[in-house]
Amino acid sequence: MIPAGFEYHRPTDVASAVAILGRHGDEARVLAGGHSLIPMMKLRMAAPAHLVDLRGIAELGRIEIGDDAVVIGAMVAQHDLIAHEGLAQALPIIREAALQIADPQVRSMGTIGGNLANGDPGNDMPGLMQCLDARFALVGPGGEREVAAREFYESAYFTAREDDEILTRVIVPRPPAGAGWAYEKIKRKIGDYATAAAAVMLGEGFASVAMTNLADTPVWCEAAGRALAAGDVEGCVAAMLEAIDPAEDNRGPVAFKKHAAAAALRRAIARAQARRA
Amino acid sequence: MTDQTMTPEERAASLEGMGCRRKRVEDVRFTQGKGNYVDDVKLPGMLFGAFVRSPYAHARVKSIDAEAAKALPGVVAVLTAADLAPLGLHWMPTLAGDKQMVLADGKVLFQGQEVAFVVAEDRYLAADAVELVEVEYEELPVVTDPFKALEPDAPVLREDIKDQKEGAHGPRRHHNHIFTWEQGDRDATEKVLAEADVTVEEMIHYHRTHPCPLETCGCVASMDKATGKLTVWGTFQAPHAIRTVVSLISGIAEHNIRIISPDIGGGFGNKVGAYPGYVCSVVASIVTGRPVKWIENRMENLMSTAFARDYWMKGRIAATKDGRITGLWCHVTADHGGFDACADPTKFPAGFFNICTGSYDIPTAYLCVDGVYTNKAPGGVAYRCSFRVTEAAYFIERMVELLAIELNMDAAELRRINFIRKEQFPYASALGWEYDSGDYHTAWDKALKAVDYEGLRREQARRIEDFKAGRTRKLLGIGLSHFTEIVGAGPVKNCDILGLGMFDSCEIRIHPTGSAIARLGTISQGQGHATTFAQILASELGIPASDITVEEGDTDTAPYGLGTYGSRSTPVAGAATAMAARKIRAKAQMIAAWLLEVHDDDLEWDVDRFVVKGAPERFKTMKEIAFAAYNQAIPGLEPGLEAVSYYDPPNMTYPFGAYVCVMEIDVDTGEWKVRQFYALDDCGTRINPMIIEGQVHGGLTEALAIAMGQEIAYDEMGNVKTGTLMDFFIPTAWETPNYVTDHTVTPSPHHPIGAKGVGESPNVGGVPAFSNAVHDAFRAFGLRQAHMPHDHWRIWRIAENLGLHG
Repeated sequence: MIPAGFEYHRPTDVASAVAILGRHGDEARVLAGGHSLIPMMKLRMAAPAHLVDLRGIAELGRIEIGDDAVVIGAMVAQHDLIAHEGLAQALPIIREAALQIADPQVRSMGTIGGNLANGDPGNDMPGLMQCLDARFALVGPGGEREVAAREFYESAYFTAREDDEILTRVIVPRPPAGAGWAYEKIKRKIGDYATAAAAVMLGEGFASVAMTNLADTPVWCEAAGRALAAGDVEGCVAAMLEAIDPAEDNRGPVAFKKHAAAAALRRAIARAQARRA
Repeated sequence: MTDQTMTPEERAASLEGMGCRRKRVEDVRFTQGKGNYVDDVKLPGMLFGAFVRSPYAHARVKSIDAEAAKALPGVVAVLTAADLAPLGLHWMPTLAGDKQMVLADGKVLFQGQEVAFVVAEDRYLAADAVELVEVEYEELPVVTDPFKALEPDAPVLREDIKDQKEGAHGPRRHHNHIFTWEQGDRDATEKVLAEADVTVEEMIHYHRTHPCPLETCGCVASMDKATGKLTVWGTFQAPHAIRTVVSLISGIAEHNIRIISPDIGGGFGNKVGAYPGYVCSVVASIVTGRPVKWIENRMENLMSTAFARDYWMKGRIAATKDGRITGLWCHVTADHGGFDACADPTKFPAGFFNICTGSYDIPTAYLCVDGVYTNKAPGGVAYRCSFRVTEAAYFIERMVELLAIELNMDAAELRRINFIRKEQFPYASALGWEYDSGDYHTAWDKALKAVDYEGLRREQARRIEDFKAGRTRKLLGIGLSHFTEIVGAGPVKNCDILGLGMFDSCEIRIHPTGSAIARLGTISQGQGHATTFAQILASELGIPASDITVEEGDTDTAPYGLGTYGSRSTPVAGAATAMAARKIRAKAQMIAAWLLEVHDDDLEWDVDRFVVKGAPERFKTMKEIAFAAYNQAIPGLEPGLEAVSYYDPPNMTYPFGAYVCVMEIDVDTGEWKVRQFYALDDCGTRINPMIIEGQVHGGLTEALAIAMGQEIAYDEMGNVKTGTLMDFFIPTAWETPNYVTDHTVTPSPHHPIGAKGVGESPNVGGVPAFSNAVHDAFRAFGLRQAHMPHDHWRIWRIAENLGLHG
């Protein structure tokens, strides 16, 4: 449980961080909260020669609540998402989801950017951001580009981010007034990844549904959202069960995971409907 | 208030003796981060050792190339079996009469087995060097199923003993067979079963789990070449036994070995045995002439150091049609892994599993245990229980529930009509034990009344109706457990480990000013010995507990004892403490008589002093007596006030308890919630109720973990699937229910203070209570037996198999 040796870099602005990445190519990795990368390094399943810590970059730690969108810096910790009153007003589903990630110690270190950029299908934020139709700002040597959350995830640990790019901000459009919302996570214990988790937003004539840890990427299902928007809960569940592709692991076999997925989704829908103004 | 004006009751209270909810004196340093654990030991020039471990569960080791590792600057040595063989240390004896490879000798038998030991200037370099050792393996067929291991054409696991027909515990009938252990009367039991009104047969599995103490295992070995003295600091639950074993293995004279157990961060049986890390550290220190530290990481702890349970228990129970149990038959297939490194008293290869008749008056019984080798880690330790007692309690408490189903009886009533009655104690069980004391009916009735058992059953019936009508997806389970522990090993006439009798000891020195130090052969790992043993002494000697230092764990200073596990500290060392104190009091009485110029028999003991009978104003306090012992020339008496006692208990003690668990279960997701848990424990005389409650809370939480998710699982290739705390369930505050504790007091008749021990009862009784709650929730829908752990998907599978998902 001791990582191999590495060089540690702590740049103070994004341009410097990108430059370091550019210099070292795939020998370098960005370090955010470290709660995925550091354990992998301790197991020596990851051995980056250069670690670029983003903690010194102040601009990545901001939350801006705009009229149309909320912009969250990549280095905002889960704890900060929970504690931010403006965010809780604008997008309460983020607080509900963040409170179900790991435990308080991990949440004070783990960041939204790390959670999104790592591409771990067990992470909660990717599915939530797909549900919310968020966009990710990526900064590389050629400047900044935006990628939709719904197009970012390719397979487990593979994303649209290039090796020399840094995910710097998350842009989340504000949902229509009165929309109902819920993030429901079934897990074995505190600190665990989801057995099944569902993010649901719904309102007048629209609905968006995404699920976590039920395929090698988060699963946002357009057909499920369409069915739910039309008031067809069972149609929504059926469409989602078609879209997911869970694998057997210590949490259980595939049949159980599908059953749990349906239960989680029904709970989330019921709660979202109850919250709809 | 001076002691002249205090009443005897006030004086007794000021001592903080037995029965006092005295705060734990250990917690001052633990809560301030001032504990001193083995990884806190740092010596000048200390090196760090780390293991190269096998990625395979069964493989031949074709070659080991350590050249690249040795070439890394800062690497001092790389040890392999070839280096240890000339010393005869490439294998070591186990506590179970088997032997175990210290480092892979030609093959490996489980994933995580120790293959080479790298010694470097620091732990970072050691970790780097481990990566550089190249081992060439040839994979062999893997057996993780003990039943398949006994098939005629199963792969030979232990080539070293494949032709050996006789094992440490009698004949071996197959190359992967370790022992057969039989108790009771087979023919009589078969006859009872054949003639019974009702019989039930079932396979009960107690899965493989792990004690997983907060602190992993480790040691620091320091060979002083100038003095020839070896000092080993380590996480040892039995420091004296380790000293003797080290001496026997290494040939170093026992007086030249000093074992020190510093603060230990939990043991739960994991730290009883001897591990390759200890041997390699000692050898490395001898070879390099420098201290060598070895500390396991969490994954190594879960993969390689002693697991617990893995018992397949086939049971048959016989009863009359009105529910009187007439016979019990049990066959256990015991999976011991690659080496038999069980930590049991030598004559008990399946521990005290023959307590499996439980709390019931069962006239006829038969038990047969077969030990089997598989490609899994060795162990089989008593994880917060006396030897194999939690297995036994789980077995009988499941069998009784199954019998209740068969008889269509209430499980609480079936237990009540079969309990051993109060007047039957001392009770000779069909499988050979003599239960010392008990009052099961009183405890049971108190427990059922406290939880309003009848009301719970009515609520459950309503819930079943609601479920059937589609009004809820949650079921209610009422889990019952009445357990009898057997602890305090044990009488030297039948209890030894490697020939070492399982007595224990206490040495007391009263200082001239009336304070004291007591040293014991046991070692606390969180049990609070420094608090509770001082309380026993306070009551016995009349010295305030706060004036007594309790010291354990240093073999150079402590009297010889067999250590702390199996809830033996209070039954054995606690008795030694009382007996040593009584020797001191006897001498103190003679001193007081001389000081008061009366005959010894004219004095009587009064809390903290000897008083002249009929003249209460004439007395000498223990404090005054202590001063006189060192400063007066008393005719016929040696100066000083010290005593030592080695206590060989006449019998085990038999704590018992009655537990009720109420659990809500979601049939769709398998999610569960413990709504209520009531735990009544009878541990005889209660020394510190606060510590007892804390022990019960901790033990119940481990029981919850075991029943509801904690396991060491292997895939078919022998890979450990649960090697980190992500998958190995350790409950947090969030998962831990609120416990209600209660008690009755039935003292042990043979123990000097009537105490029986309690630390492990909650694990023994808790596991069946939690598991029975899950089973009980589904009883109305036809469930008989579902194996633990009851994690979400396995509960879901119960509902699925019963057709409850529509």
